[in-house]
Amino acid sequence: MGDWRVVLRLAWRNLWRNLRRTLIMLAAIVVGTWAMIFMTALMRGMVDDMVKDGISVLPGHVQIHHPAYRDDPTISNLIAPPSGELLEVLGRPEVVAWSTRVRVPAVISSEQDTRGVTLVGIDPDQERGVSFVADDMAEGRFLESRDDTGLVVGRKLVEKMETDLGKRVAIMTQDPENEIADRGFRIVGVFDSKLDQYEEGFVFAGQETIQKLLGVGDAVSEVAILGTDYREVEGLTRMVAEAAGPDVEVLPWNEIDTYLGSMLAVMDGFVIVWIVVIFLALSFGLVNTLVMAVFERVREIGLMLALGMTPRSILTQIVAESTFLLVIGLAIGNLLAWATIEPLKGGIDVSIVGEGMELFGAASVLYPALYLEDVVLANVIVIVLGFFASLSPAWRASRYDPVRAITQV
Amino acid sequence: MKPVRCVDLCKTYRQGDLEVTGLDHVDLEIDEGGFVCLSAPSGGGKTTLLNAIGGLDTPDSGEVWLAGERIDNLGKGELAKMRLHQIGFVFQAYNLIPVLTARENVEFVMEVQGVVAGSRKSRSLEILEEVGLGGLGDRLPAQMSGGQQQRVAVARAIASRPALVLADEPTANLDSQTADHLMELFVELNEHHETTFVIATHDQRVMAYARRVIHMLDGRIVGDERREAA
Repeated sequence: MGDWRVVLRLAWRNLWRNLRRTLIMLAAIVVGTWAMIFMTALMRGMVDDMVKDGISVLPGHVQIHHPAYRDDPTISNLIAPPSGELLEVLGRPEVVAWSTRVRVPAVISSEQDTRGVTLVGIDPDQERGVSFVADDMAEGRFLESRDDTGLVVGRKLVEKMETDLGKRVAIMTQDPENEIADRGFRIVGVFDSKLDQYEEGFVFAGQETIQKLLGVGDAVSEVAILGTDYREVEGLTRMVAEAAGPDVEVLPWNEIDTYLGSMLAVMDGFVIVWIVVIFLALSFGLVNTLVMAVFERVREIGLMLALGMTPRSILTQIVAESTFLLVIGLAIGNLLAWATIEPLKGGIDVSIVGEGMELFGAASVLYPALYLEDVVLANVIVIVLGFFASLSPAWRASRYDPVRAITQV
Repeated sequence: MKPVRCVDLCKTYRQGDLEVTGLDHVDLEIDEGGFVCLSAPSGGGKTTLLNAIGGLDTPDSGEVWLAGERIDNLGKGELAKMRLHQIGFVFQAYNLIPVLTARENVEFVMEVQGVVAGSRKSRSLEILEEVGLGGLGDRLPAQMSGGQQQRVAVARAIASRPALVLADEPTANLDSQTADHLMELFVELNEHHETTFVIATHDQRVMAYARRVIHMLDGRIVGDERREAA
């Protein structure tokens, strides 16, 4: 097509011919683009927060278990602690931190109450980098060593059992021979969690202390591993699985906590639906603008066809006009979205609705998360769908009969 | 080889429930370098014939030959290409592209043809000078009078040096003085560039410039008058 320059020049100049109409449409595209990106960043931020919180509670990014542990998470299904090739892999830069845990169902009794909990034996030094407990101590101290005989419990559990820091509680569980294993612990620390269920349901003690209580030697229930990015765990999972061998099960966090995993997948789908819905609203305005622009220029289009411009060039001209409009609108919309998200990166306090949000695991401060792939997705969807939306008026214009078009008043 | 040859052209239109005869068995040959007027009252078929010759409209039957090539059976794309390279059009209502300046309007056909920018510019400036619009090349159509716009349209029609210029009532919207200037320009171009002109008109003053006047009535040629130009 040798006439592409004149086609583009005509498209550009025609765009500004009806300035008010073009500015109104531009404003709609800018607001639409801003809404797409800003709301996506808010939603991403919320889900990110939920997933990160969920991961930091205990799962980590990848876990190693006995193959039967997920169906029967008891003391019968233990694994050996990492050694050899696995230990070497856990020292690689792809692994940010890792920790071993002994994890068994147990009963905790205070003077006032008895409740079922999950007893977790941890190595405090290892655990510090993997889960939330060390960072969220509200009172007392965190565990100091693997053979620490103290107990760290959640604030809600302390309240419900009417006990307190420094008081003793009894823990009762079963050893691998199904015999009762019990001992007294002093509460040395109280932790807070964003989710009540963790404060009520988990208690932490020194790993060695629990191993001795259960008589399991140095065996552990799980190895939790933290990588660099929770969204990119496939490589880490594969690397760990190869090193861990076939006798254990290695799973990423989204298969361990399917609720969290599905939330991320749903979010990805929701972002696309959200962008498409906004675009559909925009497309009515876009198509209307183009139809009006074409309708006003019937004679000119007829003239160009009469003078020898091909129908394809006319079609290209109208599509180019729409593309110019979209590109300008997208550029301003992207800038506006960035300019409004950037100052809010420190967090938006939504505590006014925080109670409700906590019910499904979200925090009361939202941190908008602007991902390049979401911005690219929004822009690509708008351009591609905009192209298709403009095809209809463009096609109609290119099919005009020059004689009838020129004589149209 | 005749630049224009029409053989037994027929064309009918529907206007509501009525069938109107546009062309009724029209046979016509126009010589190279001719200056021909198609004269008819309104609805007589002159514009229909002009459109058929220019490949803007397809006859129901018959043949249209342009520079030895049959064009009535060409597709839309081929017709566009033929119009682009062989014919210059001047329409009744100026028909300039409003967002392009006078010079860009003159260059339009050449630009679509793919003529390089330097040649286009020098040619358009030369033609604008020739039609008496030197120095007005940067004006938009809205900033020009009707006569000036029609001169730009003429300049556009001849800028790419087509063998044939088809003009449909080119003076209809012009005052008599401007119309005379325009016709003198046509004659000059016809004589200097040997461009064939076919002009549809019912204006006697326009016909006075022609060397051949073809009279039409109800879609038929009813007279073919060869005369000395004024």
